[in-house]
Amino acid sequence: MTGYLRPTSLADAVAARAAHPDWLVLAGGTDLMVNAPHRPVPAGIVDLWGCAELRGIARDGETLRLGAGTTWLDVVQSALVAAHAPILGAAAREIGAPQIQARGTIGGNVATSSPVGDSLPVLLALDATLGLASPRGRRVVPYRDFATGYRTTSLDADELIAAVVVPVPDAATRLSWRKVGTRAAQSISKVMAAAAIHVEDGVIAWARFGLGAVAARPIRAAAAEAAAAGRPADEATARAVADALAGEIRPITDVRSAADYRLEVAQALLVRFVLNAGRS
Amino acid sequence: MHTPSGGSVGKSLPRVDGVAKVTGAAHYLDDLVVPRLRHGVTVRSTVAHGTFDGLDLDPAFDWSQITVVTADHLGWGQGLAAGGLGQNHIAMLDTDQPALVPVGGRIKHVDEPLALIAAPTRALALAARAHARPRQTAQPAVLAIDDALRAEVKLYGDDNVFKQFLIRKGHATDDELEAAMAGADRVLEGTYHTGAQEQMYIEPQAMMATLDGGIMRIAGSMQCPYYVHKAMKVLLGCDAEQVVVTQTVTGGGFGGKEEYPSMLAAHCALLAQASGAPVKMVYDRDADIAATTKRHPSRVHHRLGLRADGTIAAIDVDVIFDGGAYLTLSPVVLSRGVLHAAGPYRCDVVRVRGRAVATNHPPHGAFRGFGAPQTTFAYERQLAKAARVLGVAPWDHRDRLALRPGDTTATGQVLERSVGTDDVLRAIREAAGPPPTRDGTNRHGAPVRRGRGHAFYFHGAGFTGSGEQRLAGRATVVARPDGTFEVLASSTDMGQGAITIFTQLAAEALGVPPEQVRVPDPATDHVPDSGPTVASRTCMVVGGLVDRAARTLRLRVEAWADAAGIKGDLATRAAAMIAAMIERGGGDLVGGGVAETVQYEPPPGIHWDDATYTGQAYPCYGWAGCLVDVEVDLDTREVSLLRCVHAVDVGRAINPVIVRGQIEGGTVQALGWAVLESVVYRDGKVANASMTNCIVPTFADVPDLETIIVECPYPYGPSGAKGVGEIPMDGPAAAVANALEDALGVPFDRLPILPEDIARALRPGGGAGGAGGGAA
Amino acid sequence: MSLLVTFGVNGQIASVEVSPWKRLLDVLREDLHLTGTKEGCGEGECGACTVLLDGVPVNSCLVAAGQCDGRAVTTVEGLARGSAAEPLLHAVQRELVARGGAQCGICTPGIAVCAAHLCESGALVGASDPRAKVRELLAGNICRCTGYQLVVDAVIAAALPDGESAEDGAGDGGRGDGGAR
Repeated sequence: MTGYLRPTSLADAVAARAAHPDWLVLAGGTDLMVNAPHRPVPAGIVDLWGCAELRGIARDGETLRLGAGTTWLDVVQSALVAAHAPILGAAAREIGAPQIQARGTIGGNVATSSPVGDSLPVLLALDATLGLASPRGRRVVPYRDFATGYRTTSLDADELIAAVVVPVPDAATRLSWRKVGTRAAQSISKVMAAAAIHVEDGVIAWARFGLGAVAARPIRAAAAEAAAAGRPADEATARAVADALAGEIRPITDVRSAADYRLEVAQALLVRFVLNAGRS
Repeated sequence: MHTPSGGSVGKSLPRVDGVAKVTGAAHYLDDLVVPRLRHGVTVRSTVAHGTFDGLDLDPAFDWSQITVVTADHLGWGQGLAAGGLGQNHIAMLDTDQPALVPVGGRIKHVDEPLALIAAPTRALALAARAHARPRQTAQPAVLAIDDALRAEVKLYGDDNVFKQFLIRKGHATDDELEAAMAGADRVLEGTYHTGAQEQMYIEPQAMMATLDGGIMRIAGSMQCPYYVHKAMKVLLGCDAEQVVVTQTVTGGGFGGKEEYPSMLAAHCALLAQASGAPVKMVYDRDADIAATTKRHPSRVHHRLGLRADGTIAAIDVDVIFDGGAYLTLSPVVLSRGVLHAAGPYRCDVVRVRGRAVATNHPPHGAFRGFGAPQTTFAYERQLAKAARVLGVAPWDHRDRLALRPGDTTATGQVLERSVGTDDVLRAIREAAGPPPTRDGTNRHGAPVRRGRGHAFYFHGAGFTGSGEQRLAGRATVVARPDGTFEVLASSTDMGQGAITIFTQLAAEALGVPPEQVRVPDPATDHVPDSGPTVASRTCMVVGGLVDRAARTLRLRVEAWADAAGIKGDLATRAAAMIAAMIERGGGDLVGGGVAETVQYEPPPGIHWDDATYTGQAYPCYGWAGCLVDVEVDLDTREVSLLRCVHAVDVGRAINPVIVRGQIEGGTVQALGWAVLESVVYRDGKVANASMTNCIVPTFADVPDLETIIVECPYPYGPSGAKGVGEIPMDGPAAAVANALEDALGVPFDRLPILPEDIARALRPGGGAGGAGGGAA
Repeated sequence: MSLLVTFGVNGQIASVEVSPWKRLLDVLREDLHLTGTKEGCGEGECGACTVLLDGVPVNSCLVAAGQCDGRAVTTVEGLARGSAAEPLLHAVQRELVARGGAQCGICTPGIAVCAAHLCESGALVGASDPRAKVRELLAGNICRCTGYQLVVDAVIAAALPDGESAEDGAGDGGRGDGGAR
């Protein structure tokens, strides 16, 4: 039958994980408990829901540090997020519905690493880093290297995600976010895009584009970013960005959407982001 | 307006089951606690077409507590009384659908029931199912209408046609029709497709069976206890008294609990008999979406012959419904589809052809609107295109052509009364306001395009033709010695408010406060057969029976009391009458009270010819107009519904709040069908069988609804009421499509209209599918 | 192993010995016989199983029993005061009945719980568009019967009893005339 541990500190959590590498690490359950009666009964549960050390949002120098157990509701209600990473708040507000936001956690979203994980393109655009903990110690990895394939990550078998760290963008960085889902709320994404575009005197110094639901994992659109860098934030650049994007993503058709639509909309979103950056 | 005593009709009495529902006290099937209960699950096919070669049970699994049933080794033909069964089919209109595919028998769709498993816990039943593997051999499947019509693979008869209809008005031969069409100045031709739609009642299918002293007791979530009763008699091979079917509080139906509960009841009954214990089956959402009936996908070809002055010279409609693997209710759904296919418009020459074809999809069946939404979509798209090419304002165009008293429908029915055309059109024009600004920008900075669409439609209330006469529904009202009055009818409350409406009608007719009236749960050993809870008939037809039974009872009690010199209110007088009857031996008492049962009597002048499909298709019609404003995000092709104004003629609103709830609920199902709801079939299987992927509208997807109740009383309905349940489903989807064409300038002739479809239509060389008429 | 889980339910202490993997929904329905909480999908999609966990609406189908230990749960049965025979309804319950916000009723417990939280959290007070706010905050509760309009009317009436509800859309719900013409 199912074993159960409820660590109350990160150290205990790491120990529990190390002692039971085959147990399910459970936080808010919004993914792992879907259709639970039809899932295999786990050998045990390491329940992180009660681990206060993992939950909370704090300013740490030029970064925001979000504990992995921070819920979307926490993010929605956070003045720090609203001030410094508004697109993360916007993404949180569009995750599921209030019941899901009350339980889903940022660490869970990162660990599950679904291609439709709603915060993940934002973390890419913000160039977030992850704090990982294991009995071997702690390490910091850039989020952009974390998702390795369809629902796979570089998290080691004895590791836990402790925190998500978001650099606070400067005033010249325009942030954009848009989720295109199956309906207005409680929806799964068809296409998501997030952008951080650094504009100086109307010229894009650099851009980071994070995309979701257009590949097996959340991705940065490197070619589109290159097409934007050093160019004015205008129609011609926007078109170049869209063309570059077409060369680097191959979305699929599934029960929720179509490949051609996904590409077209991903292009349209980046075009809009570039134009909006030029206007503001 | 309102009679001083009683005075219940026309008021928004809070629903009588309201407090139980908001406190959680209402007990649905899955809430019932039953000793020794076993939980049933279904082993289903995974091929769309093939043979069932046998069931392998994993010998490593502990089967000691498990009951497994396949159609073999059962006592078919021996009858329940002999410990056996009757016939292995679900009795509805035909005998083609088995309760379980027998070993060696033909599998006709994915997720077809092959075997049943019961266990003391649900978890154990699910575990057992994981160790039961059906062997199947696949054959080529028929998954498209044209493949069905080619009939290279035969699923039903020689031609795969379950049923066909032909309606002719104003002509005798196809040549005459073509001549009339040739006489038109312009012919608009279009092909319209609609997809399957899931009812998505929030309470999944749920049923329980107990074999108790030779009597099979069925309880569960259902619309039609006597449909289940009929099916059980055949399945079990028993008399009417050996099966008792009781409806429990039902969490939504919308047609989805019209025929399928008979299948589920059959499965529970088979397991109850085999296991000797009560058996409950509550479907998982995924199984419910995958295996139970949905709205028929359709292809409707429509030719509209227009004269230069804009009037209609001829209408020709060809309707094809994908019936799925078994006949179920498809002929009746098709019937309603073809009877509404010409629309509520004047035209002297009409041909409507209809076919329901067999495919290897899970059977399609009843869903609010029952065939009419599919054909309404086609004719209201055609009307919108006609208005565009003629350059006439949409409401003016419809106003000019719409049926009025004295006009005839496609079946030659002369409309005499309760035609809401003028009142509906006046109401909706008054509410319309200016159209939305065409261009703008939304909160994302994306450009948007807006548009407005219109639709006008009608819906026949009650069973088709002589259906109500054949059905001969009955209802009883009982005066009880405790001073209460009971309404006994088999019509079920599935949320639509039937028991509140019955309470109000009985209270009004009896002249008593509604608190004195009770409507017990329908059980077939306790209530007469009032007919099924379908076809927008519950208030108009069965409510009429309740009204008449109550009036008859009141007159009888008052006559007795007057003669006996008993004064007081009706309850007091009835109690005295009951006491007197008991003194005389009580032989006339029914359930300890005085009862009156009445049977349906048709209004005068109903003539219907089933052979030629001519005459009075319905005793009366509801009429409705819908206006929808849309906004399309040109970056993402997402559609926002800005406004939806819906004016519906219901005859008389017995309970205005309940009527509003019916209209608004139907409206949102229709809006969902238009722009969100999609059942994705892949190789005959529902590929999006989860609530996450098979979506319906949320609170955030619809605008505030502007609902206008129009009342054109129907003299033969109780207090003037006619149907309201289905008509709100018929037209809003066409209004949405018309609004999208108005916004974007390209036709949308296929439902649902998803952002992907809009994107495709707007691409160079795109086109939204279908042969988009003459739209500019 | 079975786990002893002790938590507050509607103001009382409950202790159950269950698998830690058992869903809170099933604990409530099977172990505590609180069947007002309904299962519509098991996917966290429909909201029929909504309860308050430490005062916040959650889908009880997505909460593991072990996670409830030491916490407080409110179900639909905990909204009304008074007795089962004569319940003193919560304002939300009262308005849902009065304004036609419940039809088949299977989604209603979840909506009532979520809306009661919405009322008590003051989320609508001062909202620029209270109807839009209700639609946003109830978007996790799917209703297939009502078309949502009368539910929104009821929640507005319960949350803003002092007049702001006078402007409720087409809402004459519960006032008896129903907009019949």
